[in-house]
Amino acid sequence: MTVDSTARATTRRSGVKRTTKKTASNAETATAASPEESTGAGAAAKSTKSAGRTGTTGKKTAAGKAPAKKAAKRTPAGATATKTTAKKSPAKKAAPGKTAAAVAGDAERPEMVQLLTPEGQRVEHPDYAIDLDADELRGLYRDMVLTRRFDAEATALQRQGELGLWPSLLGQEAAQIGSGRALRPDDYVFPTYREHGVAWCRGVDPTQLLGMFRGVNNGGWDPNGNNFHLYTIVIGSQALHATGYAMGIAKDGADSAVIAYFGDGATSQGDVAESFTFAAVYNAPVVFFCQNNQWAISEPTERQTRVPLYQRAQGYGFPGVRVDGNDVLAVLAVTRAAVERARTGEGPMLVEAFTYRMGAHTTSDDPTRYRSDDEREAWEAKDPILRLRTYLEREQLVDDAFLASIDEESDTMAKRVRESIRTMPDPPAMSMFDNIYADGHALVDEERAQYAAYAASFADTDEEGR
Amino acid sequence: MAPGEKLPIAKAINSSLRKALENDPKVLVMGEDVGKLGGVFRVTDGLQKDFGEDRVIDTPLAESGIVGTAIGLALRGYRPVVEIQFDGFVFPAYDQIVTQLAKMHARALGKIKLPVVIRIPYAGGIGAVEHHSESPEALFAHVAGLKIVTPANSSDAYWMLQQAIECDDPVIFFEPKSRYWGKGEEVAQGIPAPLHRARVIREGTDLTIASYGPTVRTALQAADASAEEGRSVEVLDLRSISPIDFDTIQASVECTGRLVVVHEAPVFFGSGAEIAARITERCFYHLEAPVLRVGGFHAPYPPARVEEEYLPGLDRVLDGIDRAMAY
Repeated sequence: MTVDSTARATTRRSGVKRTTKKTASNAETATAASPEESTGAGAAAKSTKSAGRTGTTGKKTAAGKAPAKKAAKRTPAGATATKTTAKKSPAKKAAPGKTAAAVAGDAERPEMVQLLTPEGQRVEHPDYAIDLDADELRGLYRDMVLTRRFDAEATALQRQGELGLWPSLLGQEAAQIGSGRALRPDDYVFPTYREHGVAWCRGVDPTQLLGMFRGVNNGGWDPNGNNFHLYTIVIGSQALHATGYAMGIAKDGADSAVIAYFGDGATSQGDVAESFTFAAVYNAPVVFFCQNNQWAISEPTERQTRVPLYQRAQGYGFPGVRVDGNDVLAVLAVTRAAVERARTGEGPMLVEAFTYRMGAHTTSDDPTRYRSDDEREAWEAKDPILRLRTYLEREQLVDDAFLASIDEESDTMAKRVRESIRTMPDPPAMSMFDNIYADGHALVDEERAQYAAYAASFADTDEEGR
Repeated sequence: MAPGEKLPIAKAINSSLRKALENDPKVLVMGEDVGKLGGVFRVTDGLQKDFGEDRVIDTPLAESGIVGTAIGLALRGYRPVVEIQFDGFVFPAYDQIVTQLAKMHARALGKIKLPVVIRIPYAGGIGAVEHHSESPEALFAHVAGLKIVTPANSSDAYWMLQQAIECDDPVIFFEPKSRYWGKGEEVAQGIPAPLHRARVIREGTDLTIASYGPTVRTALQAADASAEEGRSVEVLDLRSISPIDFDTIQASVECTGRLVVVHEAPVFFGSGAEIAARITERCFYHLEAPVLRVGGFHAPYPPARVEEEYLPGLDRVLDGIDRAMAY
């Protein structure tokens, strides 16, 4: 039955001349697929078109139209970008702002919004005001203290071997609490893996954050439970998810906003750049909240950028502003303005919270290899909790009893965290086959069954051995 | 789509997208040039005109951005159907697909769903420039959390896309672009076959060819040519690459004893390698010959003038059959 294969070396049974094989339809598709369709020239033309089209969605674009009254008042200073802000750059003339600039560092550094100096002095800013009552101020203090305590407890638990890893937020409490408290329940948060303070503001049980660092899950909480998405480990990916989610909000005609957290290192990622493009083009209600904590593991911000990060927004056509990230009042005021802007259809905004990672990148990191104690000490003087406490005490908004009650609450919470981690069960091995697909998958079913049979074969041996 | 109307694959997909947009207000079509232009292959022709710019979305030219924002839209409750313009352009989105889209459902312990369809025109034979002719399905099949399907005819193109859009998991929908504008075929009525079921499209007794997408037609031609030489070749259209319907392949090979897998993708670590391994395990005592593969080489997809030699055309498939029959 075998055919002589030597004959085949010279004759092809297909009988089709290869040169004529391209059919008419092939030719047509080839034409449609001509390289021009996907070259830069075509792309440029297209983006221009899309930019023009955003106006037709019925929403105001940041660059194109006069801002709403309310937003105009709040429009960022520091603020580079758009027509909205170009004509007014009042931040420069304000004396309090000058203090901020001096605090921030050298003269080349742009000003940043500050409402509470490191010395605990309340200062005003021409573009961002805040008026909180005593309860609200005490609330921010409590949030920051509890967050710091939780973070310290988690670091200790890692040292004790209860967690495999912990990324500490030490030093970034004001950036996280200030921004987290600017949100409504229907807003949506897309965090990195360090937003423990934001999680706290969203009402996520702190013990839920520990599972992935203990190694019992890869996240696990219900993102829709508190509108707080899962921690994202790949740097910058979540900025696009946030943008897409915001595009969905706009389609729904809702007035919720989205906030995307990322760090200074992430600004080098293509996904963050692409999220800026998409958010700008579709005028999506998203706030890009960059915590510039000065270090991407061992690399300083100078390895990520040649311009202040908030200025990146200018190139995309939306405003950017730098805020003192260790000033919880300023962060709250600026984030509120940015969120409000998103709600009223004015599109995205970039907030750069200028802060400092006081601890290591994670418990596996050794910052002594790449940065000096001097630097850390300089930032310790700008501690976010201390400055608010100084202010509260000076204004006699807190008394010893209040401060003691917060310490006591911290201790109670820390104890609860410790106890819960020590009793946190390991997942059964079989659970690795769960939830891979929502609608099932034959290969997963097959491998689950095979593994179950294999595992069962040991169970017998174990029992015999006993 | 009028009853009994004959549609080429591109138009069947267009009809399917139209149907999905009509049926579910949460379905979105998004990609580069999918709006006014109707896509570079005209697959989305007329959809933006009828459903508006809010549902048929021309995106910025950034594949990672397209898939990443589609994930966000899915989290908001939408069902985005994303078009990647060409196979070779999917790689900027590879990170979002592999690290985010595929794993997010598991990461959330099942509490969220990611109903995103990624349509990718794939495979060669159209005389195109580099990056326009590749078959990257194995690069996605290796990733748990994704489902991968590829139709070979108009009816499957229509129905499998409907099923992919209805599916609550991410589905990569590979479309054989060289077949887009081939002869029109009627879209079958009634209840479609399950999405991941392989189909015996020609029965035979001497040898089985497992093929999918663009190579199904070649496999049928090879079966015809073999018949003239007195060999009875069974042809399978696998339709789904993840999961693969091994039961149907096994049933066929238990009858024929010989299996040749044909795909355009390189055979090295390709889906044929997986099929060979699994079928060898399942059918060891039925096999008269080792499972053979006919496909692309471990070489970059070659320039168009020599692609016919790279592709598993009729003669290479027949050669594979000869080699299998020689055992």
